[in-house]
Amino acid sequence: MKFTFRGVRGSIASPGPATVRYGGNTTCIEIRGDNGEIIILDAGTGIFPLAQSLLKELPVNCHVFISHTHWDHIQGLPFFTPLFIPGNEVTIYGAGDPISQRGIKHVLDRQLEYAYFPIREAELSAEINYVNLADRESVQIGSVLVENILMNHPAMDYGYKVSCGDQSLFFTGDHEWQSNIYEPGSEGHDEFEEEIESRRAEIVDFIRGVDALIIDSSYTRAEYPAKVGWGHGTFDTSIAVAREAQVSHCFFTHHEPTRSDEELEQAYHQALADNADGRTSTEPVFYLAREGIPFEIGSENALEAFTPAVPGRPAASLGLKSH
Amino acid sequence: MISQEKIAGMVDDMPAFSSSVTRVMEMTADINCCPRDMVEVIDHDPVMTVKILKLVNSPYFGLRNEIVSIKQAVVILGINTLKNLALTIAAVGMLPKQAIKGFDNKEFLLHSLGVAALARLLSQRIGVPAKESTEYFVAGLLHDFGKVVLVQFLPEEMEQAISLAATEEMDLCDAELETFGSTHTEFGAMLAKKWLLPEPLIISIAEHHSPTAENNDSCMRDCVIAANSLVKNALFGSSGNPHIAGFPQAVSERFGGDLEFLTTELGDTVNTELEKIRTIAMV
Repeated sequence: MKFTFRGVRGSIASPGPATVRYGGNTTCIEIRGDNGEIIILDAGTGIFPLAQSLLKELPVNCHVFISHTHWDHIQGLPFFTPLFIPGNEVTIYGAGDPISQRGIKHVLDRQLEYAYFPIREAELSAEINYVNLADRESVQIGSVLVENILMNHPAMDYGYKVSCGDQSLFFTGDHEWQSNIYEPGSEGHDEFEEEIESRRAEIVDFIRGVDALIIDSSYTRAEYPAKVGWGHGTFDTSIAVAREAQVSHCFFTHHEPTRSDEELEQAYHQALADNADGRTSTEPVFYLAREGIPFEIGSENALEAFTPAVPGRPAASLGLKSH
Repeated sequence: MISQEKIAGMVDDMPAFSSSVTRVMEMTADINCCPRDMVEVIDHDPVMTVKILKLVNSPYFGLRNEIVSIKQAVVILGINTLKNLALTIAAVGMLPKQAIKGFDNKEFLLHSLGVAALARLLSQRIGVPAKESTEYFVAGLLHDFGKVVLVQFLPEEMEQAISLAATEEMDLCDAELETFGSTHTEFGAMLAKKWLLPEPLIISIAEHHSPTAENNDSCMRDCVIAANSLVKNALFGSSGNPHIAGFPQAVSERFGGDLEFLTTELGDTVNTELEKIRTIAMV
């Protein structure tokens, strides 16, 4: 199984000279199963460059799993060219809207209303299927199994585990590890703490042992206090979970749109330095998610390309070990 | 008489209590609304609580975990989804202060909250862990849920039953049976079952007036029964049912004595707890 980041930014696309190295598109991950199955996680603007490459392999049969329907995760969908070509088959999976209780199709239909887009859903020429996913519902696609778990974000947000043979990856979608809404010592604090801990354990168990963890790490330690409750993780929380779940490779993603490549690398180095003390015997390798470079699980071809080097020192001297 | 099925469908359009509707409207207009306050409003309103539990336990959500309390719903679904669910419930409108004679919604809310608080207190007293004791609060809050539904949808029959219970000094369940052949416990349990709410909660609603030997192991049910009598004894709020039942045998056995014994044992804690509830309800 191999995967390629097609979009790594959170919130809004941020093209420009400052984001050339890691990329400016919003979330999209292309996954290829051992038998050529095409699984796409999220349809941010990164799905557009992916669409261009898929045009070389028509007809396309692909499976798009939407973590949640916030704009940065669906914005590229109307520009996913395979949808317009007869003979292609696209299946779109995701959670519906809990408030209106309508399914994923309805949510995406609205994106194609005439006020927003000139072509209506009914006019798309490919065969399009919609699947509403319940919590922990699994989907088998050829040799690939896709499972989900509800994450914590201001939306119905699924994290997806994609497995093929003995290889697996987990993508959190957008996710904030919950903190207690009650002050220590106040009524309700202890019950809430127990709930949080048991939920965290459930999610960590779900992730445990995957080869690659792709995790929302929007904020630095310094930025987070002003962003509590916004539904995103930090470098610190990601490192802690990657260690606890004993994953092999951990990719920080959902890069802040305002962060330049240099600032992103600084944040990465700072986070690893801040967390150097907690290193474990099964220490994961940490990377910054970067657009366009395929990562093949089991072969370590991309290590250098993903690991930011400290100026003047090669990546290997960071003390990161390969698996 | 209107069918149970039809009433179950009508509950979707049933409004919540006026105090919580007002507060939810205020809070949802504030982007920085405090999650703690939001949880408190929802989990102190039987209509909001039951509607949210119904929704999050529905096949639509298909959650692996059974959700038994609002705090748990927050942890699984996030505060923002809860806030928006509360807003849709608030948008339905609010219950009138008094829909029928002999049943004041504010007094009923106080009664439900009182039973909720004391059911939780009793559960902690007999060693139920903190996390589970929240479920006892929910059970207390919802034990009479059937009543508020009946008042809303069968107002004439309920008015007659409440008046009969008052004049004849009989238990409201008996008056309900005599008037329309069913009871608020039956209705509440039917709805809870239909909405796939947790089993202990269904038992507590169904049997809070008439425990069966089959469910004598239900600690939650016994706490609700005892709390119900304690709250009435303290003349706190009103459920439209002035009859104060003594403890059934199973309940006496669990608490080591009858209502009088437990009242003495608990001393001032009952009033302290109820005054706390009154303060919250008056916000």
